[in-house]
Amino acid sequence: MSRLTTMTERAIDSDQTGRIRVIAAGPQSLVQDGGRTGFQKLGVSVSGAADMDALNIGNRLVGNDPYDAAVEILLGGAEFEFETAATFALTGAETGATLDGVPLVSNVSYSAHTAARLVLEMPIPGQGLRTYLAVAGGIKTPPILGSRSTHVASEIGGVGGRALEPGDVLKIGEILVPAVSGKMFNSGDSSANDSELPAVNVRVVLGPQDDEFSAAGIRTFLDSTYAVTDQSNRQGLRLDGPVIESRTGSYDIVSDAVVNGSVQVPGDGKPIVLLADRQPTGGYAKIATVITVDLPKLGQTAPGTKITFAPISVEESQQLLRDRSNRLLKPELGQAVDTFSVQVDDLHVSIGVTEDEVGRRDLITRIARINDVAYPISAVKYTPAE
Amino acid sequence: MTEQAPAADQNVEYPRILAVGDSALLIEFGSEIDPGVNSRVYALAGQIEASHNAAVVELVPTYRSLLVNYNPLVSDYREMSRFLDEAVAGANEIPVSAAQPNVIELPVVYGGEDGPDLETVAEHAGLSTREVIEIHSGTDYRVYMLGFAPGFPYLGGLDPRIACPRLKTPRTKVPAGSVGIAESQTGVYPNASPGGWQLIGRTAVKLFDHGLAIANTSPSLITPGSEVRFVPVDNHD
Repeated sequence: MSRLTTMTERAIDSDQTGRIRVIAAGPQSLVQDGGRTGFQKLGVSVSGAADMDALNIGNRLVGNDPYDAAVEILLGGAEFEFETAATFALTGAETGATLDGVPLVSNVSYSAHTAARLVLEMPIPGQGLRTYLAVAGGIKTPPILGSRSTHVASEIGGVGGRALEPGDVLKIGEILVPAVSGKMFNSGDSSANDSELPAVNVRVVLGPQDDEFSAAGIRTFLDSTYAVTDQSNRQGLRLDGPVIESRTGSYDIVSDAVVNGSVQVPGDGKPIVLLADRQPTGGYAKIATVITVDLPKLGQTAPGTKITFAPISVEESQQLLRDRSNRLLKPELGQAVDTFSVQVDDLHVSIGVTEDEVGRRDLITRIARINDVAYPISAVKYTPAE
Repeated sequence: MTEQAPAADQNVEYPRILAVGDSALLIEFGSEIDPGVNSRVYALAGQIEASHNAAVVELVPTYRSLLVNYNPLVSDYREMSRFLDEAVAGANEIPVSAAQPNVIELPVVYGGEDGPDLETVAEHAGLSTREVIEIHSGTDYRVYMLGFAPGFPYLGGLDPRIACPRLKTPRTKVPAGSVGIAESQTGVYPNASPGGWQLIGRTAVKLFDHGLAIANTSPSLITPGSEVRFVPVDNHD
């Protein structure tokens, strides 16, 4: 049984900038922030974190602005060395990460000492694709058009407009609010967990060009189950499933603007959900738009995942967005009084403990792994031993 | 089963305001590529920019519509719809500008290595390469919108005599500044990218430079609502 206790002292060197070295970058690691808005009319893609919830939570845990730049790590397999001491947090897909060999829990802030090595393994199947490494002070690659987000197709942002490579050194910004390790965010309903479900239910506002489709076509879209194909990436999810009938036989429109979550239907009648790296304009009719609060889970859905679409009103979706803001961006974070991992033979359990204002403790077990198969465990009430 | 549907547009009255999810509204002025419709788009964009509405995040003008991205935590659907109704009414009263548009001259070396498909286009048109160059450079092209890639303009007004289908197999890399024709469109690639347009020439002018934004200058040389004129030159000096 190994035991890890978080440190709660303030980050060292809080008025100096730090550095992280990339040792291994996995399949694709990208610097991403809240996105590059304001230049779509010049053809510049917004990009930004594919799972905005995970970016926001990670930044909050380390005392940053919720939209500061972090590293978005696709499918783990990455390793980083802290060249200077730093406070950090991992959010999004659960990967079985370690700091100098000590297992870490997601959604908790930690202190790393100088020369500490952070290793991310492959994500646990069904627990999402993308993990976020947020560091107190934020990742400070040069901002391009007001954002540090990497858009690989147009070679803008991040490090030289490309994915991170071994040997890259990322500067960490000045820490304005002293970051404290041991902060905890209970993400019982986080986006990464939803991909466990048999089908991910995604809510949409119909339109803007739903009138380009027949009534039968719209029924097909709303009543069918679609599968995420392996031709999916940060630009969009290409789905396979029943063909959606257009009203006139044509799916083409005069090119117009698209948004994050636009569901466009090209000539083969199979929907594509556009995501963070989409081009600003497109020439296919858009049957619906995924609501903002459901976008993060699309940023975590792996090929093969089943998706269903359900209609919702604009008013309802905006209420959900206000609720999200209250849930993710406003509340005080819990203080993790303790976090630890338990290893019994092949069983691996990561556990965090929070304490409320009257000293009651909540034990939150995140995940159990037996022979590399993941079993999520729901929150369990912790009764401290007397 | 196919339901009998009227042809597009028969029952549609423009301009119309459509919801695009929970964070954007779209104002459509028509369904066709038309200079008058496009001018209405830019008139409305100007009207909204002048209002300094704090909820407006970003405007994306296109051929025949304006996308208004807004922050639903600052304003909501009902309030934004009302605001846009009023802005549309206000913009309709503005006469479409009679002012001369900004003309951007791009020196172009036609043919040779810079325009490997010039002869294909000439052959398809049944014209000499010289005639294709004269026709292509003899028109000022309206910039209806930008999209596809940073600084990529959608130009209107290509002479139908030199229209030409796309390449059967797109090139994996088209050099930056390449001037091309695809069906009835012409355009210029601001950056090297894959592309299937017939390449007739190339300009050495840098079309997109994100460094310019630091000096508060547009990072894109070609801006929406302006016009582009291709000027034949013998070399890139």
